[in-house]
Amino acid sequence: MKTKLSKISTKRVVATSTHAVVPLKDRKLNFGNKWDFAPAPEDSKSYVIASQHELFINGKFVAPSSGKYFESINPATEQKLTTIAAANAADVDSAVKSARKAYDKVWSKMPGRERGKYLYRIARIIQEKARELAVLETMDGGKTIKESRDVDLPLVAAHFFYYAGWADKLKYAFPGKTPSPLGVVGQIIPWNFPLLMAAWKIAPALACGNTVVLKPAETTSITALRLAQIFQEAELPEGVVNIITGAGETGAALVNHPDINKLAFTGSTEVGKRIAQSVAGTKKKLTLELGGKAANILFEDAPLDQAIEGVINGIYFNQGHVCCAGSRLFVQEGIYSTVVKKLRDRIQTLRVGNPLDKNTDIGAINSSAQLQKIRELVQSGVDEGAELTQTQCALPAKGFWFPPAFLTGVTHAHRVASEEIFGPVLSVMTFRTPEEAFERANNIPYGLSAGVWTDKGSKIFKMVNKLRAGVIWANTYNKFDPTSPFGGYKESGFGREGGLQGLGAYCRLD
Amino acid sequence: MKVSALIKERRESSIRHSSSAIRYSPVPTVDQVMVEERAASFGKRSIKTSAKVAGLKLAVSMCDLTTLEGKDTPGKVAYLCRKAIQPIEAKFDVPSCAAVCVYPNMVRHARKFLGADSPVNIAAVATGFPSGQYPLRTKLEEVRRTVADGADEIDMVIDRAAFLAGDHAKVFDEIAATKEACGPAHLKVILETGELVTYDNVRLASEIAMQAGGDFIKTSTGKVSPAATMPVTLVMLEAIRDYFFATGIRIGMKPAGGIRTSKQALAYLVMVKETLGDDWLNPDMFRFGASTLVNDLLMQIARSADGNYQGADYFSLP
Repeated sequence: MKTKLSKISTKRVVATSTHAVVPLKDRKLNFGNKWDFAPAPEDSKSYVIASQHELFINGKFVAPSSGKYFESINPATEQKLTTIAAANAADVDSAVKSARKAYDKVWSKMPGRERGKYLYRIARIIQEKARELAVLETMDGGKTIKESRDVDLPLVAAHFFYYAGWADKLKYAFPGKTPSPLGVVGQIIPWNFPLLMAAWKIAPALACGNTVVLKPAETTSITALRLAQIFQEAELPEGVVNIITGAGETGAALVNHPDINKLAFTGSTEVGKRIAQSVAGTKKKLTLELGGKAANILFEDAPLDQAIEGVINGIYFNQGHVCCAGSRLFVQEGIYSTVVKKLRDRIQTLRVGNPLDKNTDIGAINSSAQLQKIRELVQSGVDEGAELTQTQCALPAKGFWFPPAFLTGVTHAHRVASEEIFGPVLSVMTFRTPEEAFERANNIPYGLSAGVWTDKGSKIFKMVNKLRAGVIWANTYNKFDPTSPFGGYKESGFGREGGLQGLGAYCRLD
Repeated sequence: MKVSALIKERRESSIRHSSSAIRYSPVPTVDQVMVEERAASFGKRSIKTSAKVAGLKLAVSMCDLTTLEGKDTPGKVAYLCRKAIQPIEAKFDVPSCAAVCVYPNMVRHARKFLGADSPVNIAAVATGFPSGQYPLRTKLEEVRRTVADGADEIDMVIDRAAFLAGDHAKVFDEIAATKEACGPAHLKVILETGELVTYDNVRLASEIAMQAGGDFIKTSTGKVSPAATMPVTLVMLEAIRDYFFATGIRIGMKPAGGIRTSKQALAYLVMVKETLGDDWLNPDMFRFGASTLVNDLLMQIARSADGNYQGADYFSLP
């Protein structure tokens, strides 16, 4: 009965079909400007950036002893935003001394529930000023307002709230052990998530009773110094957090300062190695969160359209300036051509341009130097025989831009398969079996993160147990939460930030 | 296997449309978390000034102005038709709606009011709308008579009972038979996604509806909650895109039910623009099934022109 009906209906469909068939060569999606979005810039004029920024030491803004300042520009316009104080070894010393005094006299003695109150207060002020902080973050770093507003700032507040909650519960956090603070902590953070990295570092350190000397990256210091004003507003005791700005020499002075008890660094593997060398033989504790070259593994049975979204988010989120970016895509051979076609269509709808425009998906590259590095590495990929696919779009005349791109025909021997590009560039490779997938994924000096895409739960568990990466996402990517630890294997560093593990990194456990 | 009948059809369909590749792969699965996240992202687009006005007018032109009630009368349908032809005073330069959507009994009244060469199409729900729990022969007879009465478009419902029982071939056959009964009329296939529940089901039902000859696929009758949602519509748009690549045939999309505000309508248009592109941004390929949406669109259009919001009494009821 069923079969009979099927036969009849098939004929009928042909007989009555009114569909026009588009020839194979013309079967393309047309992402044109039939209905184009008008500019939708976030208001940036309401927020004034001071023309000069000082160091934040002992609860006050003070001029650097050298009298030297450096410029900070908006990478989307190349216009000068402000000048920032350059701290030298003497400034670092006074910051460390201030932190030591605050540690000895106030912070380490304060009951946890009191420390928690300060952290809650800071979290609430951050929420109140979230819009302003998001706009500053976007102007200073080039990231899109969509991301600074919807990702960075909510997470910044969430980290302070989360660790505020631990401050009076430390003795329950580690059963059988007695936690005590470490002392003065030196923290050096990168330019890709300036405020968020400050929150990741400062919140757990303060919750445990440590005091802090923080050095933000030289291209993105403005929001860290705005955070210092929030500390003042919250009446955080003087010297509990000190913020010193400057380039590599300032960081080196902090790393080598003898009165630091612990160092926490997030940044490049190259600098991380140098810090590890400097710290070797001292009593300083160290955690490093370094580079990555994450494998995003796409199986044939994956929910394909959602996996494509995950791949897109994995590599183009924050212009690819993400240490856990899914920069190596491994596709099972059977779906390779489909996936490449879908990627090609999808990147056409990514909007590149003014980061303050609420519809922008890809903002500005953080600095001219980073843009050069991305270009050089992509060129090496092309020179070595990979094929580059990149969107063609109009770019602003000024600023640093790199439209979203991916490389196909990449093999393990290519530089772009093993070196971190730290930009919106994806290297696409293939595999045949699950064994080959994790072998190839692990065949790299890094091990920060990975992604697995399959509809089959058992396959997820198998892969997760074989992959050597600190964070593994299944059927999603780039999901962050203060309760979840984050950190790497191998050259991606050691130690964990976030969650209970992140708390343990700032305690002595006896 | 239940799916094998579908695969067989796909294979025959592929041969008919001289597709390059015949693949024996099942219909793609859908991940709930990620599809809902992606769907929500379209609503974050900020549509301002000229883009907003253009989008609102486009949305009006895509409306199937709908009345589907037991108390519908020829008089009510006349109101609806007039509203569809000219939704608001001419000075606002707003296009006509795409169609009116009525029960079969109202088709001849609508035709009488609109005349033979109206810019507004007449869509009629049929095949035992909304439940579909009727024998095929009465469904087909209903379709033939409704088309004979003057319907340009038929909005059929699929047999959800057969679908959920796994008899996908029956679903296919009924759609194919209905398509034949439609003759020259366009066929929209209502999946009633609120009763299919899972996104995997929505994706499979979309495939079946397209393979079997539907010109449009449509989310809902409006009689079941939830009706149209952004993620359900996204799954269907993705099915349409993949079907286009495989066969070269462009299938239309109609979310219906629950779309009441301009903000929602613009989010749907963003989703179409960024999933299927410009070729679907027109009333031939995309429709809204709605009744209250139109006046909200008009209210926003009037505000953009005049600079202030007017009360609901300044916009004629359909």
